[in-house]
Amino acid sequence: MTTPAISVQNVSKRYGETLVLRDINLEIPRGEVTCLIGPSGSGKSTLLRCMAFLEETTSGSILIEGEPLGFIEKDGKRRAQSPSELRATRSKVGMVFQQFNLWPHMTALGNVSAALRRVRKMPRKEAEERAMAQLTKVGLEDRAGHYPSQLSGGQQQRVAIARALALDPTIMLFDEPTSALDPELTGEVLNVMRALADEGMTMVAVTHEIGFAASVGNTVCFLDQGKLLFHDTPEKVFAAPRHPRLEQFLDTYLDRGASMLK
Amino acid sequence: MTIFVSSISILLGLGFAILLSAMRMSGNLVLINFARVFISFFRGVPLLVQLLLIFNLLPALGLSLSSLATALIGLSLCTAAYQAENLRGGFEGVPPGLIESAEMAGFSPTQTFLHIRTPIALRMTFPALVNEAILILKASSLVSVVGLIELTKMAQNLAASTYMPLPIFASAGLIYLAINLVVAAIGRRAEVALPGLPAK
Ligand SMILES: Nc1ncnc2c1ncn2[C@@H]1O[C@H](COP(=O)(O)OP(=O)(O)O)[C@@H](O)[C@H]1O
Ligand SMILES: [Mg+2]
Repeated sequence: MTTPAISVQNVSKRYGETLVLRDINLEIPRGEVTCLIGPSGSGKSTLLRCMAFLEETTSGSILIEGEPLGFIEKDGKRRAQSPSELRATRSKVGMVFQQFNLWPHMTALGNVSAALRRVRKMPRKEAEERAMAQLTKVGLEDRAGHYPSQLSGGQQQRVAIARALALDPTIMLFDEPTSALDPELTGEVLNVMRALADEGMTMVAVTHEIGFAASVGNTVCFLDQGKLLFHDTPEKVFAAPRHPRLEQFLDTYLDRGASMLK
Repeated sequence: MTIFVSSISILLGLGFAILLSAMRMSGNLVLINFARVFISFFRGVPLLVQLLLIFNLLPALGLSLSSLATALIGLSLCTAAYQAENLRGGFEGVPPGLIESAEMAGFSPTQTFLHIRTPIALRMTFPALVNEAILILKASSLVSVVGLIELTKMAQNLAASTYMPLPIFASAGLIYLAINLVVAAIGRRAEVALPGLPAK
């Protein structure tokens, strides 16, 4: 048995008095697409951000390819990873945000090549060639010189995906990558994600695109009030009779998706 | 001389203001308080008094500096304090998501500060920066107290020797106005040309 891409072990997260994640256990297998669904406020973003160490867990641990994220265990004692140790573990993980988070003062090419130059210390020419290859992959080679403000939301999100991919992550995390997009632009982003899944990239996606979860996901996880209620293949999760909370969620939050499945 | 002293001071001041901002965000209490005291001092004491202080203090410490150096130090430290205060708003306006994406890309905090936060903060506070340049140009008329001959001092000398103060000071005023109109125009041009402010 190979080590999973990510192991989430007994993870809880508390903001002040509120318990946002309750004792989550989950293994993300390599080369598979795991979709996180659940009502708004159920803790999906928090769980995903913990997998990138953008949030620290209150208790429990997260392992990236078997390696602890954010801490090091030695002789039964835990200590925090140093910034450079953390960067090394985290370099396996790429993150795509709902709001794209492109750097507005850099062109598309600048956004994708910046870390190659500054972090990987590649010469400018080589970094830009690699960045260009990533932009081509997401179909934006002719937009390389555009600034984010000159791109549509869908194009910005594809640049953001190219930026993450340029660093050769083995795992890609997506937090509602199409939620900030006009409906007619979600398709181009989902297509890029679908192509990435076909290449065998390990992916964890928080999404309200039930169609995507059902057709591309290998596993669908349902979060509700900080608890991982269940996770299984999309066929089993979406097959009737559905869990009452899922049924309710599909009805209230996702009119479109729910009617499609009925 | 006026243009020279002002533009060098603005640039030196900007560099120093960025350094002050870095100190203020460093999380190190000593640096934070140093920046805080520095900024309140240079914003709270009149520039004329600062210049006279520096002019008299440095020789007392055994440092003899030219009038030009003294004027540059005085003006740039003063403008640094104001620019640091302007930049604060810019730095606070950088959306946290942009810093998180830099973190995910493997940038160290210093790299994030240099390559992400500072350029964005500068763009957001650019109009205030142009404003400060204009104020410094006008304030440069004070550096004659440390013995530097700039536009105003030259006008005073001329007026004294020709007994024609009115036309001479009027011309000096027009020259200041003309320079500042040019600065403001360049500023507006640059503002339009600068790419990429973060979306609201
Ligand atoms: N930084 C924070 N401080 C306090 N509460 C937070 C913070 N971030 C998220 N929360 C709370 O945690 C809960 C889960 O949030 P989130 O993970 O964003 O949910 P989801 O992504 O499923 O909509 C929400 O109730 C939210 O209000
Ligand atoms: Mg969310």
